[in-house]
Order: sequence, then structure tokens, then C-alpha cells
Amino acid sequence: MLQGPVVIAVSFLYLALLFAVAYWGDKRADAGRSIISNPTIYALSMAVYCTTWTYYGSVGRAAVTGVGFLPIYLGPTLVMTLGGFLLLKMIRTAKANRITSIADFIASRYGKSQLLGGLVTVIAVIGIVPYIALQLKAVASSYDLIVGYPALIAPAESGSSIFADTTFYIALILATFTILFGTRHLDATERHEGMVAAVALESVVKLMAFGAVGLFVTFGLYGGIGDLFARAMSDPQLAKLTAVASGSRSYATWFSLTLLAGLAILFLPRQFQVTVVENVSEAQLKRAIWLFPLYLLLINLFVLPIALGGLMRFAGQGVDADTFVLTLPMSAQQELLALLVFVGGLSAATGMVIVETIALSTMVCNDLVMPLLLRTKTLALHTERDLSGLLLSIRRGAIVLILLLGYLYFRLAGDAYALVGIGLISFSAVAQFAPAMIGGMYWRGGTRNGALAGLLAGFAVWAYTLLLPSFSKSGWLPASFISDGLFGITLLKPHQLFGLAGLDDISHCLFWSFAANIGAYVVVSLLRAPTAAEASQATQFVDALKTTRPVGSALWRGSADAADLVALVGRFLGPVRAETAFASYARRHGLADPSKLEADADLVHYAEMLLAGAIGSASARAMVASVAKEEPLSLPEVMNILDEASQLRSYSRELERKSRELEAATGELKAANEQLLEVDRLKDDFMASVSHELRTPLTSIRAFSEILRDDPKTALPERERFLGIIVSETERLTRLVNQILDMAKIESGNAEWLVEDVDLNSVVEQSMAATSQLFRDKGVALSLDLASSVPLIRGDRDRLMQVVINLLSNAVKFVPPNDGRVTVRLMADNDSLRVSVTDNGPGIRLEDQAVIFDRFRQGGDAMTSKPTGTGLGLPISRKIVEYFGGKLWVESEPGQGASFIFSLPLNNNENGTNE
Amino acid sequence: MQKSTLTGQRLVAVFLVGCILFNYPVLSLFDRVATLFDLPLVFAYLFGAWGGLILLMAWVVERRSDQRTERSGG
Repeated sequence: MLQGPVVIAVSFLYLALLFAVAYWGDKRADAGRSIISNPTIYALSMAVYCTTWTYYGSVGRAAVTGVGFLPIYLGPTLVMTLGGFLLLKMIRTAKANRITSIADFIASRYGKSQLLGGLVTVIAVIGIVPYIALQLKAVASSYDLIVGYPALIAPAESGSSIFADTTFYIALILATFTILFGTRHLDATERHEGMVAAVALESVVKLMAFGAVGLFVTFGLYGGIGDLFARAMSDPQLAKLTAVASGSRSYATWFSLTLLAGLAILFLPRQFQVTVVENVSEAQLKRAIWLFPLYLLLINLFVLPIALGGLMRFAGQGVDADTFVLTLPMSAQQELLALLVFVGGLSAATGMVIVETIALSTMVCNDLVMPLLLRTKTLALHTERDLSGLLLSIRRGAIVLILLLGYLYFRLAGDAYALVGIGLISFSAVAQFAPAMIGGMYWRGGTRNGALAGLLAGFAVWAYTLLLPSFSKSGWLPASFISDGLFGITLLKPHQLFGLAGLDDISHCLFWSFAANIGAYVVVSLLRAPTAAEASQATQFVDALKTTRPVGSALWRGSADAADLVALVGRFLGPVRAETAFASYARRHGLADPSKLEADADLVHYAEMLLAGAIGSASARAMVASVAKEEPLSLPEVMNILDEASQLRSYSRELERKSRELEAATGELKAANEQLLEVDRLKDDFMASVSHELRTPLTSIRAFSEILRDDPKTALPERERFLGIIVSETERLTRLVNQILDMAKIESGNAEWLVEDVDLNSVVEQSMAATSQLFRDKGVALSLDLASSVPLIRGDRDRLMQVVINLLSNAVKFVPPNDGRVTVRLMADNDSLRVSVTDNGPGIRLEDQAVIFDRFRQGGDAMTSKPTGTGLGLPISRKIVEYFGGKLWVESEPGQGASFIFSLPLNNNENGTNE
Repeated sequence: MQKSTLTGQRLVAVFLVGCILFNYPVLSLFDRVATLFDLPLVFAYLFGAWGGLILLMAWVVERRSDQRTERSGG
């Protein structure tokens, strides 16, 4: 079943399936229901990195260098860990500036320079052509192999005419499919959703096919992975392949390949296309960061087993290791598996060729052909002609041209190299973009001239040390070029430039080209300050991840006519799409009629962005400049605008800080307000209590006075008793009013304090003398326990006496008559004096202990026991003690009596003087 | 200001770990003809470290709780 017609039919069926998927993807995208808006599909589309080079070539490389094929996949894995910074920045910049390709990216960064875009395009095309040749070679040789079944070695290419060469037809077929995939639409925008969907499917197919071969070789031909390795390790020649230093040349090679592959994943045109240009949403990057490396790991898992299996099985038969993936199933008569492998290889090749040529054709069209065409007066720029068809034609032509160039390289140099060798030449070429790209994203000082010089220098060194030798090896240049150097000058030997020996040719090229590239980029950039255009673009790129940066429109000044802009955009996008785009812009700005649009900087910027998506930023700039009267900004003006933007940034930060402070102040105010409300409520409570306390004696006085007035016959003893009550109630009233005034004075700070040195012993003694009558009346024993002598203390003698008397009269009130005992103690310790008044009364309940110091709150149950006293004594006492820096508290257990204790600090000179 | 700065820093740390694991001199420690679980030592090491690194990356970027705090913080 492996005859030519069958294989061809299967191949076309597969390509038709891919096309159907792409078609469906485009339809869904038009309907606004993107199928590629899925992180897994995004990660799979990045796996376009794995071409036939991986598919067939990794095994070939593993057969020579053992694990030496791995750096090509470890590098991208490492770079993906930086994806959160680097790729995110690239994606955001590209979206903000409608970047269509890597050439566009570099051109846009350095002041939308058409020259730079053109140079990058030329380098990319020249650098990638060998890589495309590699795909053609792989498909052609795998086709030749499979139709030659059961032979395992393809007949040598006869070098016959082009028209008898399978590769030529494969190139044409691939060109046709690429045109169908990438430039089917008449809208020349940068995105191709259908293509991405097809590429994701291809990634699944190639992984499955390769995995199937791996499983077949490991478990079908050998008894599992352990058996395979055990047999290989018994052969010392093969055992060496399992080590790095002996297998590949050295750790230096290992390192440069890792670096090279890491840069390739960022700067290969097809990787830039799927990762940056086709990215639907930044959020998808997150999963791709680990899913893509996982894909790489899976597809490489069986590379070494297949290589070792092939080497053992085909020992001495001269089978090319690059073909093991296909020849192993064929040698075991697994025709279906062989067909699947062929389709997998086709997937790897078509995926790469389609994306790469689309990306390159966009670059060729936008950055090479359009700028040239727009310069020629004969194209009559000002005619109202629809150029969107022309754009597509240019792209289609570019696709065919690029594939034919690939074919040409294949004819010239293809046979001299293994697959991996060719791929590395391309990797080294795109690595030359690294300084201008990474420098441009992180260094404001890089200029257009610097980037031009760096790229030219790096490219020249690359061409001299890698590309020309590849021609030389294929006989297109004399072999003496490699062995003796240019013009026979030993120092110019391309693989040992300036006598640098000991490195493999890739590391050698990488070192010299990077030295030249970075050196020229930095030195030339530093020769002069950036121009206005460069500085404004630098900010757009370097500050891409910052939230507030000046939008492009802030950096444009001039006048334009809205109708001209619409017409201009219409010429490249087609009039209908242009009308729709401007209508939606008008709606966003609240205008129903797009013809009323004002041609301000915003609209000009919008038009330029629309054009940039179709013809690249540099050409878009030139086109807009052709219809708008632009007043060029000088460097100081640009700097002012950028400064303003950064000032705005700091203002906004300042504003944020202020609003945070305001929030905090609001919170404090709220708390203060609540406190005020609480105080207000307390005041109300206090007024209510005061009124209540005043009313009780007043009621009593009034009642007895009325009795005396209304009933003159009241007996004398009764009369005297009533008058006695009236007098005592009046006294209580007076006391109450005095205390309220006292309290108010203390609280308001208006009380008069007579502060002097006080002997607390005498205070206590005098207080006891003043209350001794109360004790005698009630038959309460009062005992005294004074320290022999205490230090003098600063205080108001009368006030302190007031405290002690209050405590004593409280105590006498609560002790039982006749067997009550009250003890007063005065103790001194290091820094305070302490007075306690202890009684053997009923004690104070725990829940009352805290409230008895509140105003008008008394111990006991107010409902059942008649309150004694005014309820202000303790609060006043506490205020007095606290005024002198002391404390007043109670210690009591119900039934065990109570101790009221106050302590005064000895060192209270400050207290009482400043309240 | 920059969203998910913590995740970014973690990924840079993973990058540095990877650079160390996949290069001389750590690589040379495993670079000899020997076997581990019937696999060639360097083969087992490279794929093991690679897989571990991918797990670490997945763990760093897919942590849910972190993102929420970062989003509110950023």
C-alpha cells in the first residue's frame, strides 16, 4: 500500500483536512466565535517550532551526538520561563502598535524606519531560506524512501532537470497551499485564525505519529526501554552516545546551542507570528509557559531510543540516521505505521512552511516591496485606486518566490548537510535580531543607526562564517575558501576567524557575530542622542508594561482631512472595511455620522494603526504623512510630552496616595464622630440621672411641706419629725448640687487645686477624726494600720481628705451595725503610697465592681434596696486620685467584705500642675 | 503596578535554576557512562530535571490563590 499514488492521495487528503480546519477556523473567527481563543491551542500552535528538523533530524543528530540534540529544546524551555516578562512585553507592544512581523517590530521601535524594516526582511529571508530548503529536502527524501519500499535507502538524486525533481513539485504544492491558507482573504490584516487552528492540529498529528514510532521501536522491536538501553550500553561505541562531553563536542557547543535555540524561539519569524501576532489574549500566555515545554519534552522522549534502536538494527547497512523514524517501521513491514510517520513528517513540514512563508511574505510585502512601490511616482499614489488586491498579489508572489529560493538552496547546498546542520545556520541568522530586539525593549538609548550597524555587522559575520562555507561545502565556492581562508589569508578562515580555533562552527559564528552585532549596536547608538521619532517610539516599547504611557496620538501634531484619511485607508483595506472601521470609531466617540469626524490627532493615529495592520508601521507612517500636513515635533518637544506623561504618572501616583490618606482621615473622623455621639449619649444619660436624683429629695421636701401647710393640727412631735426630714433632705440636695458642681469643675478642668507637700498619714488621721462620730453612732470598730512614717507627697490636702472620708463613709454605710469592722491601712513601697479601706460588709458583686465608679451608679440591686448616698462620691474620688497620677480600685468578693484601695505615685511632681 | 510581579520573580528564579541544571558544571556531574533505573544516567538526569522544571513552571503560573491577591494588589 505504499505505492506512489496511494501516498500522494493520502497526502492530499490530509492537506484537504487541514484546509477544511483552516476554513472552519476562519468562518468561526468571522462570526466572532474564535476557536483559537484557547490556551491549549495557543500552546500547540507554538509547537510549529518542531519541524521536520525535529521530526527526522533529531534522531539523526542523536545518532551522532547522543543527547546533544537536547539543547535545541532546553533553550526554548528556559526562555519560556521568562515568557512572563519578555513575551508579554512583545505581545503588548505588538498589539498596541498593530505590529505585523518581526521586521515591523524592529522598524517601528527605531522610529518607524523603512530602511531598517527592509534590512531585517532581507536578513530574515536569506537566513530562513536554508531552513525552508530543509523542509523540502525532508519531505522529498521521505517520499522517495516510502515509495521505494521495501528498499530502505532512497536512490541517489540523479541531479536531473528540475522538472523531473520531486522536490520542485513539493515546493510548488506547498506554495499553493500556503497561498490558500494565508492569503485567501481579501482583507490584508495581520491575523490568520484558520491557519493557527490548522497548525495546532498538525502539532497533535506529528506528536502522535512520533510517539507511535517511539512506542513501536521501544516495545515492538525491543523488550521495553530498559532492554533497549541495556543492549545499547553493552556496545561501547553506542554507550558513548549517552554522555554529553563525549557525544557532542563539548559543553561550549551545548551552551551555544541552548542560547541559539532560546533566541530562535523568540525571533524566528514563524514563532513571532504564532506567539505574538496571532495571540488572541495575554491570558493564554500563562498556560503556554509550561504546556509548550511539556510538548517539547514529550516529542523528544523517544528520540534517543529510536536513534539507538536504529543504530543497532541497521549496523553496517548504510541507512541514513535522519531517516530512522521512517525506515524502522518499514524494516518491520509496518506499512500503516510508516504511512502515519510520513503524514506526521508532512505535518511538521507544512506547518513550518506555511507559517514561515506567510510571516516572511508579510515582511517582504510590508517592509520591502511596499516602501519601494510607494516611492515610485509611477504608481500614482494620489489616485483613488483600491490597492488591497495589489497587496495580496505581492504576498502571493512573495510566497512563491520564497519557496523557490528554498528549492534553489536545496539544489545548491542541500546535499552537503544533514538536516540539523541546515537548521542551525538559520537559527544563527535570526539570532542576529536579538540585540536590536531585546536592546530595543529595555534600552531607550538604542538608535536606528545603531540597530542598522549591529544588524549589518552581525549578518555579515554570519554570512562569512556559516552561509558561504555551506556554499563552499556544496562545491559552489572553491573548497579552499574554508581550508585556506579568503584570498588564502589564514586569519580569514571562515571557521577559524582571526585564528580562533577550538570551537565548533556554530559557537564560533555565534561568538564573532554577537561580538560584532552587539558592539556595533551599542557603539553606533551612543554616537548621537535619539531623534524625536526614535525617542517617542522607544517610550512606547520600553514602557509597554506600564499602565500610563503616552498614546501614539499624543506625539502627533498637524492637520488632516477626515475624508482623505478614510479614502487612504480604503485604498489598502478596501473601501467597505474602511467605512466600517471609521463608523465604529465614530460610534465610540458618540458620533452617529462618520462624515462629521474631526481629523484630530486621535483619528490620524487610528487611521495609521489601521494601515499598520495591513502594510506595516513604517509604510503606514509614510502613507499617513502623504495625506496629512504634519508639523514635525522637535526632540525637545517630544521630550516635553514624554516628561508630561511621566509627570502625569507621578501625579496619578500622588493622587492615589492622597486618596488613600483621605480614606484614612475619613476613617478617623468616623471614629471621632462615633466617640462624640457616645459622649453625647452619656451626657443625656447624666442629665437624666441628675434630674432624677434632684427630684427625689425635692419630692420628699414638697410632700412634707404640703402636709405642714395643709394640716395645721399636726401634733408637735410629728411636726418636728417632718421638719427634721425636710432639713436633712435639703442638706442632701445641697450636697448633691455641690458634688455635681464639683464633678463638673473637675471634668472641665476648672477645679482649683491647692497643691502642696502632703503627709498622707495626717490626711488619714484627720479623715478618721472627721468621721469618727459616724462610726460611734453605728457601733462600728475602726482600726488603723499606718506605716511609721511615709514620704511627703505632692497633692491637695483637702481633696485627698475628701477621698478618704468618702471611702470611710461608704464603708460605714455598708457594714452591719454593732459588729462591723473597718480597717484603714497606709503602706509605702518604692514608688507609691497605698491607702486601703477594708470593711466586713456584704461585699460587691463582680458585675457591680466596674460600674460603681460610674456616676449615679450604686452597688446592689436598685429595685430592691434603697440607694444610700448620691452616687457621685466614688466617681469624684477616682477623678481626684487620677488627677494626681494615681489609681483607685476595689477588691471584693461577695460576702467577704470589700477593700477600696488607692495608690498615689511618689514622684508625681508633674501631676496636678499641668492638666 | 506590574501585575503578577511575584509570579514573574518566581519564574525568573526557575529560569536561573534551569540555567544551572542544564549547563556545565552541574551537567558534568551526571555525564558518565552509567545507568539509573536501567536508563543512561545523563538521559535520566536531563529528562528528570526537565520534567521537574516544567512542573515547577506549571505550579508557579497556575496557582489560583496568588493571582487573586496579586490582582487586588496590583
